[in-house]
Amino acid sequence: MKNLVTGLRTEEYEKNFAELHPPFTPGAAITEANRCLYCYDSPCMKACPTHIDISTFIKKISTKNLLGSARTIFESNWVPLTCAKACPVAVLCEGACVFNDKGEKPIEIGRLQRFAIDNYFSQNMLPLFHKASPNGKSVGIIGSGPAGLACGAELSLLGFDVTIYESNKIPGGLNTWGIAPYKLRREDSLKEVELVKSFGVKIETGVLVGTTVTIDDLLKKHSALFLGVGLGESPQLSVQGEELEGVIGALEFIEKVKSEKWHEVPVGKRVAVIGAGNTSIDAATEAKRLGAEEVYIIYRRSDVEMSAYRFEYDLAKKDGIVFYFLTSPKQVVGNSFVEGLECLKMKLEEPDSRGRRKPVSIPGSEFIIPVDMVIKAIGQDTKSAFLNSIPGLTLDNEGCVIVNTESYQTNNPKIFAGGDCINGGKEVVNAAYDGKRAAHGINKFLFPMSEGEN
Amino acid sequence: MADLSINCGGIKSPNPFWLASAPPSNSAYQNCKAFEQGWGGTVWKTIGEPVMNVFNRYGGLDYNGQKIFGLNNIELISDRPIETNFREIAETKKLWPDRAVVVSLMVESKRETWHEIVKRTLDTGCDGIELNYGCPHGMSERGMGAAVGQVPEYCKMITEWVTEVSTIPVLVKLTPNVSNIQLPARAAKAAGADGISLINTINSIIGINLDTFELKPNVGGLGGHGGYAGPAVKPIALHLLSQVALDKEVNLPISGIGGISNWRDALEFILLGASSVQVCTAVMHYGFRIVDDMIDGMSNWMDAKGITSLDQIRGKSLPRINDFGNFDLLNKTIARIDQQKCIHCNLCYIACEDTAHQCIDLTEVNGKSKTEVREMDCVGCALCSLVCPVDDCISMVRIDDGSASKTWNQLVNDFKERGEPLTWENLAKFQNQHGIEIH
Repeated sequence: MKNLVTGLRTEEYEKNFAELHPPFTPGAAITEANRCLYCYDSPCMKACPTHIDISTFIKKISTKNLLGSARTIFESNWVPLTCAKACPVAVLCEGACVFNDKGEKPIEIGRLQRFAIDNYFSQNMLPLFHKASPNGKSVGIIGSGPAGLACGAELSLLGFDVTIYESNKIPGGLNTWGIAPYKLRREDSLKEVELVKSFGVKIETGVLVGTTVTIDDLLKKHSALFLGVGLGESPQLSVQGEELEGVIGALEFIEKVKSEKWHEVPVGKRVAVIGAGNTSIDAATEAKRLGAEEVYIIYRRSDVEMSAYRFEYDLAKKDGIVFYFLTSPKQVVGNSFVEGLECLKMKLEEPDSRGRRKPVSIPGSEFIIPVDMVIKAIGQDTKSAFLNSIPGLTLDNEGCVIVNTESYQTNNPKIFAGGDCINGGKEVVNAAYDGKRAAHGINKFLFPMSEGEN
Repeated sequence: MADLSINCGGIKSPNPFWLASAPPSNSAYQNCKAFEQGWGGTVWKTIGEPVMNVFNRYGGLDYNGQKIFGLNNIELISDRPIETNFREIAETKKLWPDRAVVVSLMVESKRETWHEIVKRTLDTGCDGIELNYGCPHGMSERGMGAAVGQVPEYCKMITEWVTEVSTIPVLVKLTPNVSNIQLPARAAKAAGADGISLINTINSIIGINLDTFELKPNVGGLGGHGGYAGPAVKPIALHLLSQVALDKEVNLPISGIGGISNWRDALEFILLGASSVQVCTAVMHYGFRIVDDMIDGMSNWMDAKGITSLDQIRGKSLPRINDFGNFDLLNKTIARIDQQKCIHCNLCYIACEDTAHQCIDLTEVNGKSKTEVREMDCVGCALCSLVCPVDDCISMVRIDDGSASKTWNQLVNDFKERGEPLTWENLAKFQNQHGIEIH
């Protein structure tokens, strides 16, 4: 890549990547907790994919029962620190807070959850949960992201011998590697990993299943397997110049940023991010905060259709990101490295029978945006090659693993799955819920008499 | 602007707001500062016997993050030399001729001692005397304060010692720590008092430190009962005020005290018969400046209602105080929830379901909860409307047409006249007749 950002001063990096939502002071947390109405069967709890009993954990903060507050949270969610910081609360719990209907500011549930969990981790993780005696069965979990961690924690407390296989050297999956640092730092994700390990869950890192060990090995070794493998690579743009130096996938870029060695991450002075989802916004704002002078988001539809949350869009605009809507990349321009992105203007056709407006290019509308780096953020493919290699697994048209919605069991009865690999990419909180539910699916499968109707 | 001036037993002030005899009215500096900010009067912190305070003397009761719903104190009467107090009272009165300067007194129970202090008080030129028969701690153990207020005979005896030499109005300040407040009030009346002040503070232990197990306030590891005041005591004060105000044997002007924090509180006291009101805890929480809203708010309220003088509303709510036996059993109200205003907190549901009459149904409609009153079963207790966080979302609606009316006293009398015993069966007949079903 040519025309690299020369690097910022350490304090500039720290300022740029400082937390968007700083922690509550104890006094502020209690004030906010006291503002909560303590709703019964609360809308916020229903809006949370893991159904955390939010009004109860907030009530406990107000009485300074912080340990009890953490317990209430963990009872529903094993990665609550990550969720507190990375969840799109505005469209989940806080979006459902009754204060919205009252015309008042919703309770800051995410920050309160973080307050309770930060406190718990700062207290050396006092034992909160009873672990059942060993039941003699072992379960292998592939992937240590939120789904795998949640499944492992739950199974371990149920008495299973649990081993998580993780290809990366540092566990945590996207919690560790995929969340913008101004939302969540790596060390926070690792605290949750440590908690799960404290229950007796073994995590073998640097193990790529299919290469280091085979699925068959694992099926022989364990009574059941859980797949929490997430998604794979960004798909190809399939345009000329895609192989040029300076074209990178968004996840790969974000992973480099998550190393938190800011000055070692190569960033062009002018960056184009292709796609307008939440990952695109993360990549764009991170490039900007690393010192890129101009960052563009290129999207072939309009702002109405983009999948990024409104608050993410607002954040990007605040960071000075320039949006090219109704614009599609035609080719990456350059000899050996990126020098520009040639684009076409698009227009939207009338809505089809499903209401979708197809973008079509306007002939002769080509123009070139001079850039030094192109980040591809047009979604991720599933790990279909790996998944297809697993006996008995059925994938849907999108390449997602098909599971029973109650038990999370795949068509191979010994294999269960959850998280992004079954839904094609949702929130951390959805994966956390899947993992926990799947643990009970596994328990019921291996000990049919043990689980109630739940 | 409405006329806020009052006359309480011969003590006049430009508005009804007086500082209560308490820490805020301890010195000339404080009282003069309060007058500058608009207070209509002050009851100078009690002077009398030599005392010495401990250092840590207040304890607060907080609730859900709100500070000082209640305030407890073990502070004694003025611990400044009495000469200093007399001098400052005289100076203050001279500087503020239009404000009420009342001096609170408490000395040992000897006629000569009381005569002596009353005479010296008259020399200050103050407008009135208040007898502190209420202090529940420290002084009562020495035979003063509440020790006097709790025994009507003592109350009468000492008040007589004062009224026989006083040339200015005498108010008697009563303790609430009695089973019948009317008895000491009548004693004061019999002894020639010009008015009653109530209530003094309530005996209390404000709290315990859960780390050290010490009482609050903690004095070197020890604590004890203190006097409780603040917003939390207002309902008790209003009740005791009404008892004295309604007692025809007393029939004296009253200076109302107890948890008054703003003009709205003050109006409630006036509506139950108070002539002036005294404030302490709210001032201790926020300073003298609160009087600005008290004057302004009361005046605006009066203007909006077309009331030109407080005399027009004093005691206006007293005739509404009555016995349970005279309440209409057939005045039926039920709760109605305004679905447009409902924010789906479901607090009405859980309150009714767990603690009242199980007459609110909780269902789900279009992904949102819906709470609906089963009107047949609603007893109209109003709990749901009290827990609802949205103004006017749950209203209590009258559903009877007013054609039937029966009080408990009338009902019992009816039974008697018909020669029917008061049994559950007979009661049920009456209820059935009027469509009342008890679950």
